Amino acid sequence: MDISSWDGTISLAEFHAAACALVEKWKKVSSASPPWSWVSCPKQPWVASHEVSVEGYLSLENIILVSIKEEHDELPSFPQKEETSCSDKEESIDIATLVQGQSDHDEICYYDLHIVYSAPYRVPVLYFRVYYSDGEPLQFEDIKKHLPAHSAKTLLDSKWTFITQEEHPYLNRPWYKLHPCGTGEWMKLLFQGDVSLARNGAAIEVYLISWLSFVGQVVGLRIPYEMLNQL
Amino acid sequence: MMEAQKYVWEGAIPLQIHLHESEVTTLPPPLPALILAPRIGYLPLLIPHIKPHFSSALPPGVDTVWFEYKGLPLKWYIPTGVLFDLLCVEPERPWNLTVHFRGYPGNILIPCEGEDSVKWSFINSLKEASYIINGNCKNVMNISQPDQVELWHSVFNGNLEAYLKVSSKLKLGTAGHEYSANLSSGSFVSRQSAGDTDATGQVKTGRVPVRLYVWGVSEDFDDLEDAPQIDSWDKISYINRPVEIHGEEGKCFTLLDAVKSLLPEHFQYKSLTNEESSKEEGEDEQKVPSEEGGENLSEYVESCYPSDNAEVKLVRIQGIEPKLEIPFSWVVHNLMNPEHFLHVCVCLKFSQVKIPSDG
Repeated sequence: MDISSWDGTISLAEFHAAACALVEKWKKVSSASPPWSWVSCPKQPWVASHEVSVEGYLSLENIILVSIKEEHDELPSFPQKEETSCSDKEESIDIATLVQGQSDHDEICYYDLHIVYSAPYRVPVLYFRVYYSDGEPLQFEDIKKHLPAHSAKTLLDSKWTFITQEEHPYLNRPWYKLHPCGTGEWMKLLFQGDVSLARNGAAIEVYLISWLSFVGQVVGLRIPYEMLNQL
Repeated sequence: MMEAQKYVWEGAIPLQIHLHESEVTTLPPPLPALILAPRIGYLPLLIPHIKPHFSSALPPGVDTVWFEYKGLPLKWYIPTGVLFDLLCVEPERPWNLTVHFRGYPGNILIPCEGEDSVKWSFINSLKEASYIINGNCKNVMNISQPDQVELWHSVFNGNLEAYLKVSSKLKLGTAGHEYSANLSSGSFVSRQSAGDTDATGQVKTGRVPVRLYVWGVSEDFDDLEDAPQIDSWDKISYINRPVEIHGEEGKCFTLLDAVKSLLPEHFQYKSLTNEESSKEEGEDEQKVPSEEGGENLSEYVESCYPSDNAEVKLVRIQGIEPKLEIPFSWVVHNLMNPEHFLHVCVCLKFSQVKIPSDG
């Protein structure tokens, strides 16, 4: 892949390939934590899909995420400078998503995370829902309180362009979505900043994992260390 | 070319809006409100006109307004004309809708806080269209505040002249714009493509913002009134995917081509099955197969059928059913909505395997 002329975006087929790679790797590396799964979505619900469809999304549901307010200084920021996530000195939490026992909040919140391909922006987009154990969804204000501190701040600075509530492209229900507008640009920066990524022939598989390592920070999803250790 | 756009902007749906019976607290109940809704507008924008009509009949409480048609809650961010074209296959005039001021179905509809929400949704769609056409949202994001206000007001008020003045600053000319000029000179043929733009600077290849609303039937219907009623959003497949135009010598990219290109599971549109495997940069691009160059249009249309598992039964845009052979670029340029999306309602008929019934 010629990085210099690449605009940071991917095609649907590439997304599908990257998604499958992520599912496999996550299972291998983090077998104790809940797995990502691919949900296949034929575009026409009334027709049974006989073929494997590349249309679909990645799903990770019913998970509890640590609120990592106190750790925000250590997290890699969105790529303004050269960085590789795997070499940063992060907390060595292998099992990134499950919290054992009570959190320090009044109630435990559950997240559903979906990674959906956006055909207009040609990038993955994170959709998520947050709800209490009885299934009742959190209001936007309460969600902000549960997000890691630094993303809550960014949220306050530019609410309308950051997290928005929109209809899930497949499920006809309101979900929260991270706006995809700048994704292509910072994915390009990310890859340009990492010589090893650019050199890697399997770059497309790395794309989604790299994307998730940044986007996941918004909701407090930590990527297992081994996922980022590609080469 | 202004003619068609004018008709689109002046198009309106007569609505007869009934207050939901559970919210009527007066006797006799209020008469329905009659209002002409602009096709390119949105239902929440009508609320200031409707509310006074019903306010004396409402129970106490905070208003959370939503509309429904035959039990189906209406998605407020879809332009009114599109909702009508999609849900009222046999056009009903006036269109009978029910309004609710209470009990917003927040598990189904995203929240709406009146004009601000609609405006935000509009601008967001405009940004998306800009990204599709130009590869970035800069033009929309850098528009001056007065211009943004002017743009929204022109849409709100249905003022095409004001809209054209402001929107030209956004530089959202779409791929295939040059076809309009060709049409008026009697030629439908595209010029040779030498990459993204040719020597005259006109865009030949590119992406066009389209939103497709697809529903399917398994049986033929001759009359629209026999078409099945859509009673759930799950019966509609919403496809928000840009149409990719590749300029081809001697070949006109039609509306039918565009629709089929967005439904690759059902139509084998040869030049676009290679789309996914080619990237815009670096790698050698797969050339669009040239064997299609020799086919004339009717042959091409017929050849789609044997290998496809569906048939395009109805295509409706801005309330009309354009001939499918019309150049797609003309359709886009003249029938698109103010946020630069072309909204297309499509009905597909699927051939079912007939199961022999036991005597």
